[in-house]
Amino acid sequence: MTALTNMEDYVSESDSDYTSYWRDWFISSRGNEYFCEIDEDYLTDRFNLTGLNTEVQYYQYALDLVTDVFDLDCEDDMRETIEKSARHLYGLVHARYIVTTRGLSKMLEKYKKADFGKCPRVACHSHPLLPMGLSDVPSVKPVKLYCAKCEDAYNPKSSRHAAIDGAYFGSSFHNIIFQVYPALVPAKSVERYVPRVYGFKVHAAASLVRWQSGRREEMRRRLRRLEVDTGFRDGDGEEGDEDGDVEFEGVDGRPAVVEGAPVR
Amino acid sequence: MSTSSAAPESWISSFCSLIGHEYFAEVSEEFIEDDFNLTGLQTQVAMYKEALEMILDVEPEEDDEDEEEEDEEDESLIGEGGEVAGRERRHHSRMASDLSVIESSAEMLYGLIHQRFICSRAGMQQMSEKYELGHFGACPRTNCMQARTLPVGLSDIPGEETVKLFCPACLDVYVPPNSRFQTVDGAFFGRTFGALFLLTFPDYDLTKRGADVMQDITSRISGHPEILNGFFAKNIAPGLGAGHVYEPKIYGFRVSERARSGPRMQWLRERPGNINELDEARLFAEQNPESEDDEGANTNGRVAVVRRRAPGNARLRQRQQQLQQQRQNGSPMALSTNGAESEL
Ligand SMILES: [Zn+2]
Ligand SMILES: [Zn+2]
Repeated sequence: MTALTNMEDYVSESDSDYTSYWRDWFISSRGNEYFCEIDEDYLTDRFNLTGLNTEVQYYQYALDLVTDVFDLDCEDDMRETIEKSARHLYGLVHARYIVTTRGLSKMLEKYKKADFGKCPRVACHSHPLLPMGLSDVPSVKPVKLYCAKCEDAYNPKSSRHAAIDGAYFGSSFHNIIFQVYPALVPAKSVERYVPRVYGFKVHAAASLVRWQSGRREEMRRRLRRLEVDTGFRDGDGEEGDEDGDVEFEGVDGRPAVVEGAPVR
Repeated sequence: MSTSSAAPESWISSFCSLIGHEYFAEVSEEFIEDDFNLTGLQTQVAMYKEALEMILDVEPEEDDEDEEEEDEEDESLIGEGGEVAGRERRHHSRMASDLSVIESSAEMLYGLIHQRFICSRAGMQQMSEKYELGHFGACPRTNCMQARTLPVGLSDIPGEETVKLFCPACLDVYVPPNSRFQTVDGAFFGRTFGALFLLTFPDYDLTKRGADVMQDITSRISGHPEILNGFFAKNIAPGLGAGHVYEPKIYGFRVSERARSGPRMQWLRERPGNINELDEARLFAEQNPESEDDEGANTNGRVAVVRRRAPGNARLRQRQQQLQQQRQNGSPMALSTNGAESEL
């Protein structure tokens, strides 16, 4: 966890009774449900914003807007440009903030409430998701959702969410949170879907499933040798291949009639 | 008989146009009128005969004499349940309470017939058109790159599970994104359709997106692809394998497997770099040069699947010919067991 230390020491107890108009508005805007509120203290510590002045247009105005000190009289076009910069700045600071102790705990609360949605994979049984970036560079990849149960990335359902820059969450946060809170790591499961035709497995899929199960067992042996927790519940995954004896094949020289669904 | 003149919408098309019923195919009357296709359903559905009549828009036999009451009755029915025009003509002879029972029976019966229909040639064809246009949506998994999905059931028995989406690119199933599908019974699609679809249409390019097809990019695999385990090798889970497996990183450094929070599920999204590693028959033959190559070898009570292969390229050529025929005259189902006896 050495990578975290430069930022995680920052702890703010005092967000006081100061009203944060812009941030309140931003957080409660439709489509911004994935963001947590960045503390005033974090935003006003220049150290936390290092390097962002070159990334954000009208940086100072944008920062003033985010921290509610902006009261420049200007045309609507300009105001809109600064508004856009402010959202970009907030996102970039957000990526840094959510890997601080305080940011992590705010995101953890949202995770517990499933504010980021639930895993669409049937075998994950609605496990809550976390937002993730595939890149830390702005404007490269939109935000994805990470399921810690199946360890895979999913596309957000709503187009509003699907358009958010992944760099506002970064490529590390969703992994850091489980290092900081190891108790949150969900038990892994071997439960999976096996395609069948009239009860019989499809040969090509079944052979892949057997190969993957082999890979999984290799990993579990490796981990046991190292005396590392495999992450699976005891007894899980030692299942036999109880009905793998007959399998359908598709592309093959011999066409056959499919029973049960004839059309005459 | 079915009502075709002045075309009030049929029960079937109005059922299929309901919100949440977008995945359904329109079962042909021909299919329903063939008693053989309905074998066993009589006992599964209450008021079977009436439900079947409703689905087929058939007027009950004994209702000629109360023609005069029709207008009045129709109004009350429309007021009560927002009933669709076209069904009203047969309603007048029944009590409203009966009707709601028959209506829900008809939906159940249609669903059960639908489960069978989409596994028939005509049904498969209809579903393939919907698949091709991406009507069943796309896989939510990022690494599947919007591969098209198929509606499936996890059970063939109604009332157990709602409809799910099967992604042929990662061979996994997902909850449909829109909650309106979370009231649709999965049994109305059934456990067989998804896999049977892949066997029936082996040459769909499973990596294509619905949007690509609309832009007139072909959705079929072309050329002379390699065949493995009865599939085109490139169609065996094309969304899995190197480059499609998520690797957890922190500040650019891979999270070690040894960490408590390290990766444990990558096997689920893996695929051998050399797909021929899945050719169990060949591997078995290589490791057991003595044994007959067309017999199931019994190991630990499980019969290893060993398949007879034609020498050289014969099988491939045969398949290419067959595919060409399929393109010309629809798509016959090419299915076979491995020659082993079923023990189920
Ligand atoms: Zn999951
Ligand atoms: Zn997929």
